Amino acid sequence: MGGGLFASIVSAIYPVLRYLIPPPVADLGSDEVVASKVGDLKPNGSKIFRFGNRPALLLMTAEGEYRALSAVCTHLSCTVQYRNDLHEIWCACHNGLYDLAGRNLSGPPPRPLESYTVHLRGGEIVVSRKREA
Amino acid sequence: MSLPTGVRNWLDERFHWADLIGPLKKKTVPVHKLSYWYFLGGITLFLFMIQVCTGILLLLYYRPGANEAFESVQYIMTRVQFGWLVRSIHSWAANLMILTAFAHMFSVVFLRAYRKPRELTWVSGMLLLFLAMGFGFSGYLLPWNTLAFFATKVGTEIAGQVPVIGHGVMVFLRGGEDVTGATLTRFFGFHVAVLPGLTTLLVLIHLALVQYFGMSVPPGVETRWNSSPAAARQMKFFPNFFLRELMAWYIALGVLGALAAILPWELGTKADPFASAPAGIRPEWYFMFMFQTFKKIPAKIGFIDGEVAGILVFGVAGALWMLLPFFDPLARGRGRKFIMGAAVFALSYIVAMTIYGYVAK
Repeated sequence: MGGGLFASIVSAIYPVLRYLIPPPVADLGSDEVVASKVGDLKPNGSKIFRFGNRPALLLMTAEGEYRALSAVCTHLSCTVQYRNDLHEIWCACHNGLYDLAGRNLSGPPPRPLESYTVHLRGGEIVVSRKREA
Repeated sequence: MSLPTGVRNWLDERFHWADLIGPLKKKTVPVHKLSYWYFLGGITLFLFMIQVCTGILLLLYYRPGANEAFESVQYIMTRVQFGWLVRSIHSWAANLMILTAFAHMFSVVFLRAYRKPRELTWVSGMLLLFLAMGFGFSGYLLPWNTLAFFATKVGTEIAGQVPVIGHGVMVFLRGGEDVTGATLTRFFGFHVAVLPGLTTLLVLIHLALVQYFGMSVPPGVETRWNSSPAAARQMKFFPNFFLRELMAWYIALGVLGALAAILPWELGTKADPFASAPAGIRPEWYFMFMFQTFKKIPAKIGFIDGEVAGILVFGVAGALWMLLPFFDPLARGRGRKFIMGAAVFALSYIVAMTIYGYVAK
């Protein structure tokens, strides 16, 4: 009797619990992406681009060097932005600051931003994940 | 409470109407110089009823979904006759309801109305406050604007930082790893089905407990009344207190209507999941004290991340607060002063950090 009741409850609850967990979403093209065209960015400028399912930041330093980093703040996942007045990366949500290499400088972010590799291919700026050694 | 004789007889034959309303006729409310605090719970209930009515009206035009939600709210506000007013009343009533619920909670603490035998009335009230905040959090996202998008991102990420269960809770809330249209669909479901059902059930339990135990009398007044019972004064609930409560509701309606008409709730700009969080991002005011705390917590406290420490502190403080009536009998003299001091500190902290959150850059 008790076992049958338990089995009935489990057979009703189990599918509901499984139903509540969303199916995984494929991370499409997350290893490499064309972030922009050469010439679109001016020195000390930036843009947010889509890298897989997440936003990423492409910026051109005042010296004309391209940098690409994850735009997801390591504190609470807000989307960061490049502050061309400070020459730093800033998160508006909780005032976190990173340098142009993605290192967390001040505010609550506990970790650096993930940085990506930038290649110029033809007239395109291609960003790819760094391969782990 | 008089009904036409024919109707009364009809009801009496079937339901023993006189027996049904008997307890209400006997119900009384204590009269003392702090009696006006008794109105706050009723005003909160009134604002909840307004939320239900205006929410149903908004449902006639609102369409959940990342591609439609913002446009449908825009349509309500610009094309539907008095749509701007209905939405504004819904938003303002939500905020006023949280405000009166907080005021009600602190009045219960400072008048020690939670003490025996009303422990479960307090617990049910606290659960209702959490549900009200859940209503606010889920409803905030529904217009799918930029502010709401990032507030939801931060809020669900905070839930995700809770040790062990956090990630699972975050995925459940978001409907995936990120805040997307799937999150909006889930929040819509929570907001219009799950939370209203739970809240209605808990409101009924809360009201039944208030009815069963009657109104609490503050300890100082109770002592005086016990020493000289002739000094005790009571007011009939029907019609004396009920009519006064109706007047309070009428004033609340006036304030609500004025705020909704003079300061219509803004819509903002449509959320773009691939844009940077704009400057000035912030949550609803009742989450501001936590938001501001998270802003000020250092990246690391000892060996744990600052935000995890903050979540643990808020979690433990919230749990202790909910269990307050169970500590109270154990504390006497200085212990009770400590509890009151902690309550004053909690209120001051919430007010100070909320103001700081609005004035700080």
